[in-house]
Amino acid sequence: MSVRVGVVLFPGSNRDIDAINGLTVAGAEPVILWHEQADLDGVSAILLPGGFAYGDYLRAGVIARFSPVMRSVAAFAGRGGPVLGICNGFQVLAEAGLVPGALLRNRGLRFVCRQVSLRAEHLDTPFTRELAGAGPLRMPVAHGEGCYFADDATLDALEADGRVLWRYVGEDGEVAAPDERANPNGSLRGIAGVRNAAGNVAGLMPHPETAVESILGSDDGLGILRSLVVSAREYAQTGELSGVRAAAAVAAS
Amino acid sequence: MTVDAPPLHRALGLADVELDAIRDRLGRDPNDLELAMFSVMWSEHCSYKSSRPLLRTLPTTGDDVVAGVGEQAGVIAIGDGLAVAFKIESHNHPSAVEPYQGAATGVGGILRDVFAMGARPIAVLDALRFGDPSDARTRHLVDGVVRGVGGYGNCVGVPTVGGELVFDPSYQGNPLVNVMAIGLLEDGKLTRASADGPGNLVVLYGSATGRDGIGGASVLASATFGTQDPSKRPAVQVGDPFAEKLLIEATLELIAKGLVVSIQDLGAAGVTCAVSETADRAGTGVLVDLDAIPRREPGLEPFEVMISESQERMVAIVEPGRWEAVRAVCQRWDLPVAVIGRVTEEPDIVVLTADGAGALDTDGRPVEAARELARIPARALASEAIVFERESRQPARRRAAPAPGAPLEPVDALPLRGQDPGAVLLALLGSPNLSSRHPVYEQYDSNVQSNTVAAPGRGAAVLRIKGTTKALVAATDGNAPVGAIDPWLGAAWSVAEAARNVSITGARPLGVTNCLNYGDPTRPEAFWQLAEGVRGLGDACRALGVPVTGGNVSLYNEAPGSAIDPTPEIGIVGLLADVATLVGPAFTGDDHAIVLVGEAAAGLAGSEYERLAGAAPEDGPPALDLERERRLQAFIREAIARGLVGSCQDVSGGGLAVAVAEMAIWGGTGARLRLPVGDSPAVALFGESPSRLVVETLPRHAPALELLARHHGLPVETVGTTGGARLMIELTGGRGATGAAEERGGSIADALDVPVADLRHAWEHGLNRALGWDAPWAGAAEGAR
Repeated sequence: MSVRVGVVLFPGSNRDIDAINGLTVAGAEPVILWHEQADLDGVSAILLPGGFAYGDYLRAGVIARFSPVMRSVAAFAGRGGPVLGICNGFQVLAEAGLVPGALLRNRGLRFVCRQVSLRAEHLDTPFTRELAGAGPLRMPVAHGEGCYFADDATLDALEADGRVLWRYVGEDGEVAAPDERANPNGSLRGIAGVRNAAGNVAGLMPHPETAVESILGSDDGLGILRSLVVSAREYAQTGELSGVRAAAAVAAS
Repeated sequence: MTVDAPPLHRALGLADVELDAIRDRLGRDPNDLELAMFSVMWSEHCSYKSSRPLLRTLPTTGDDVVAGVGEQAGVIAIGDGLAVAFKIESHNHPSAVEPYQGAATGVGGILRDVFAMGARPIAVLDALRFGDPSDARTRHLVDGVVRGVGGYGNCVGVPTVGGELVFDPSYQGNPLVNVMAIGLLEDGKLTRASADGPGNLVVLYGSATGRDGIGGASVLASATFGTQDPSKRPAVQVGDPFAEKLLIEATLELIAKGLVVSIQDLGAAGVTCAVSETADRAGTGVLVDLDAIPRREPGLEPFEVMISESQERMVAIVEPGRWEAVRAVCQRWDLPVAVIGRVTEEPDIVVLTADGAGALDTDGRPVEAARELARIPARALASEAIVFERESRQPARRRAAPAPGAPLEPVDALPLRGQDPGAVLLALLGSPNLSSRHPVYEQYDSNVQSNTVAAPGRGAAVLRIKGTTKALVAATDGNAPVGAIDPWLGAAWSVAEAARNVSITGARPLGVTNCLNYGDPTRPEAFWQLAEGVRGLGDACRALGVPVTGGNVSLYNEAPGSAIDPTPEIGIVGLLADVATLVGPAFTGDDHAIVLVGEAAAGLAGSEYERLAGAAPEDGPPALDLERERRLQAFIREAIARGLVGSCQDVSGGGLAVAVAEMAIWGGTGARLRLPVGDSPAVALFGESPSRLVVETLPRHAPALELLARHHGLPVETVGTTGGARLMIELTGGRGATGAAEERGGSIADALDVPVADLRHAWEHGLNRALGWDAPWAGAAEGAR
């Protein structure tokens, strides 16, 4: 039986089509979660898709975090359920404080859409467990505000704590510095995606859900979607996730 | 005191004869509101008053055409219970005045045309033309237009998958922004804009009405530019892509639930256009309750409400029993919605007010206090708008294309000895018009919706259709330099090239939409260009068997002292039955045969080579043989279907050398060719004569490919092999070459020999350099797969 994974639909979400397609290819049953609904319809994982929630006129993700569904998403995350935010979904999670850091305007001050290469930093997380290797993973970015930013102390702590999940890499496989083309937006330390302290909430700017079929140019994103689906299944069956830490350990850290 | 003000009709852009025609149709003098309504509906943009007699000559029928000319967008059935809707439209003058909003609302407007038909928009292509890229104003316009296209398209979640970016001095004062949208709809969901059923409600939903875009159709779109341009800024509309996204979802939900009789978007001429066109199509009329139209601000005059071009609005015709359900859908999407009128049997557009209290009762009857502000027969505004038979005059001096089969003249004989053809090739690849467009298209979301098989930058765009094996293939093409010399040829050429770009992927062209960008039709020479352009468009579509399903005419593209070169922009959509058979334009491997189909014809005028190196003043553009073009496209589709083709590229801008160089750059492998060049190496290497293909095939398939080409009556020759890190083209004496080149001091022995890495470098950096956009992160694209 396929596992139910929620796709949050804000007014202005536009990668919902991609999220639904990607989850379907990855073997899940996507369930639309309307922004005004508080009930999560019994889903076992949640994906926040890309787009321009509420138009993003003020700042990406800043309005969406106040919607009714986000209170339920935060509660679901607090219970240890797997949550993945992609692109605008990452921005919403960051605004809501569910993942660390902030997404600033791209270094070039222009929207950027192109294929990038990612390296997975850890393969034992709910979002990377099905990857065959660290990469490089080819998938597109498409955003105007994707420059990952946090102060040096926070970045050091994230790295020490194993919470940087994906980085942009160049053709040589090395991390792409903020001024290199392989780093599309100027993200500090090449960070493309991170997770929270507990480890069950993650966000990334690139679009694994649009890179799930070779006909679309790459299926390297499928491993990330499959990881989410496997984690959803595990969470549905056991109420827990492997590769995450107990709340007590998080509080101590 | 007397003020020497012009009469109102002239201030609104109507000529005296038009005022007379309005009096004829009304049987009386129009009042000021009526005059304002006529002025926008009888604008060139809405009425096609100069072009209508010409457009009637176009071939518009086809077996699969579900909806065609006269509808908001053309619709063609593609099997599997699906149909494709598509249309191209201009937003030239708004973009010249305010580039960001002009381009953004251009995208918004054409998207509405497509989803108003019941189709979900799946792709946008934008064809842009500007003046000198080193000029500060051009750079301002490019930056604003590109940000506008991206800002709108990216937000609404429709991928921008292709288009064009061309620089030419003729657009210095008048840039062109043509936008094409493509949508996909299920059979049975087709919704037409026809106000059927007297008693039905006229429902306006989407954004509230404000003062933006007052007179956009008449003041901006249908007049040449003068010196008072900043004063026209209020005529530019302001876009809200978030509202458009909600409008898309609400409209498709209304249609999916069967809640509406008809839908029309509000674009040029606003409410006036929407109610008069829908009523006219159905032979009905509409009572408009002016008081019921939601407004952004108080104090709007009745004429402002009736002709405002505020964006992101739609009109639906709704049976009274479904109104509550319609309102619920709109409210779910946070969209203002109101009943603003009733459909009537009496075929008049009647504007009523009760001074803000509501002019119609709940049964749709005028309340006692209602006053009639305007009454105009719907057809007088729409189908029976004035039509002009404009004067057409061929310019006295005109260069002609050499006759088909004419000998290659020595005037074409560049490059001379000492001029390295490799250096010419590098200059062409790095030129503003031929270099990689990635600095622009990387600012557009090109893959949202997960359908994009072939991203922008390499020929036609390819979109798979989920749930089927099929794909749509789309392209835009418009050749102005050739059209400036011979407008018939320029238009026919544009159709041939657009269709060729679809055919070389293996797809069958389904239909053509067109945006005819020309000058002031009251100038006989400009009207002649338009007339010749339409004739060329029709001739080419008939020859290639592709119907015209709609389009748009943009006239008055003139700045003080200059008109644009006539620019017939062709948008085309084709169908690929099995996306697994898709052929791309990049070399696929080493040691494959390179086969040249078709042969070079004389003439360098209108080419990128001419732009770079000049051409003899007496030289014309190469001729186009439409019958050969038809055979060429039939040949390549058959060859692809039989699995004989590895990759294929047509010879177009920059000629054969650029075509092969692009295949090498994109494939990451070189090639070695031996090319017979006869007396004219420049024509053979860089000439742009149409109806030619470069085909890569496995060596064992080359004989079958050649046989097939001959079967189609096409010249064919295996000219080389893929592989290595360099592009080498050895030039040999061809048929009839007797050393004449040496006698002229030229040499046909100078080989072209350039590393592919150098070709790529030139191609990747050209546009950034031209626009002054160079920055480390904006630099090189990744040319190879």
